[in-house]
Amino acid sequence: MISLVMSIVFGCAERKKADSGKSEIVENEMVAKDGDEQNDIPFPIYDFDGFEPLLHNNDGKTYVINFWATWCKPCLEEMPHFERINSEYDGKNVEVVLVSLDMPNMWKSRLEPYVMKNKIQSQVVILDDPKQNDWIPKVSEEWGGGIPATLIYNKDKRTFYERGFTYEELNNELKTFIN
Amino acid sequence: MLLIFVASFAVGFKVAAEHNLDDGYEIGDLADDFELKNVDGTMVSLSDYESAKGFLVIFTCNTCPYAQAYEDRVIALDAKYKPQGVPVIAINPNDPSVKSGDSFAKMIQRADEKGFTFPYLLDEGQKVYPKYGATRTPHVFLLEKTAIGNVVRYIGAIDDNYQNASQVEKPFVENAVNAMLAGNEINPKTTKAIGCGIK
Repeated sequence: MISLVMSIVFGCAERKKADSGKSEIVENEMVAKDGDEQNDIPFPIYDFDGFEPLLHNNDGKTYVINFWATWCKPCLEEMPHFERINSEYDGKNVEVVLVSLDMPNMWKSRLEPYVMKNKIQSQVVILDDPKQNDWIPKVSEEWGGGIPATLIYNKDKRTFYERGFTYEELNNELKTFIN
Repeated sequence: MLLIFVASFAVGFKVAAEHNLDDGYEIGDLADDFELKNVDGTMVSLSDYESAKGFLVIFTCNTCPYAQAYEDRVIALDAKYKPQGVPVIAINPNDPSVKSGDSFAKMIQRADEKGFTFPYLLDEGQKVYPKYGATRTPHVFLLEKTAIGNVVRYIGAIDDNYQNASQVEKPFVENAVNAMLAGNEINPKTTKAIGCGIK
């Protein structure tokens, strides 16, 4: 049971636009927005425009994109399975990306401590874009907005899952992409 | 040719997906009434509101950060629309045995702390939210009271910026209620948002 006794601090989150355009997106690396008060957060912070290229890599790799938050208990329950996949498929053209939807006032207080304490090895990025009704359908038309949610894709295949996974379920799904 | 195929596939896919994901109400459906216990100890039903023109049925809870972010805005919606005949009816759909922070006692406490001006009901036995098809908190269902019953007019988010009320560009619920009261078409009728799953 996670007790969320906190008040949401309005206005603490100054949303930043993606740094103007695709010219700055080099190969498969996205340009992280860096700036002032968010400098000490050790994860890249994107609005949806900045984040979106990660959903459309076309490089022969299979991407496992998991949407989660530290306040989402079922997300934390499946986190070890994504970590295990990340480790087992190391060097096998599979990229696990953990997309945190934590709110700005949780990045320092909850997200960073969680990642450090659990020694998360997969790539962690923050998606910070309140215009959810605009971007949720761009991730998947099927997505109602619930988390955990996971997108698995490569250049040939793309499937969205608005559900949690056991390790076996996740591994079996992933195998359908790489065999 | 290819484009047409892709487009029709996409449409078919979307409809199928929505149908699978949402077994609850769709726009235009008649919403069932309920009788649930309010934080003041009384039982509340939609039929209690004889002069109402409609209802903002909002599934929300004590513990979800998104629900908390919207509490003041829900109070503001009630203040604005109750006098116009569309009161807020808040329902906590979570099972307190799974989420102790959403117990009835904690609901009473939260309603008191925040000064809720509307009923805050416990969906005891979790029978109401699946009927509506609520999947997350907060999740809004705007109903219009008509001669044949309470018709679902809008389903979705309160507005387009959970982080900052002052930066809202599209107040979805306000636009929907205003359109409904004016007899105009509601657009959009459904919106999506990240929320806390109902437990």
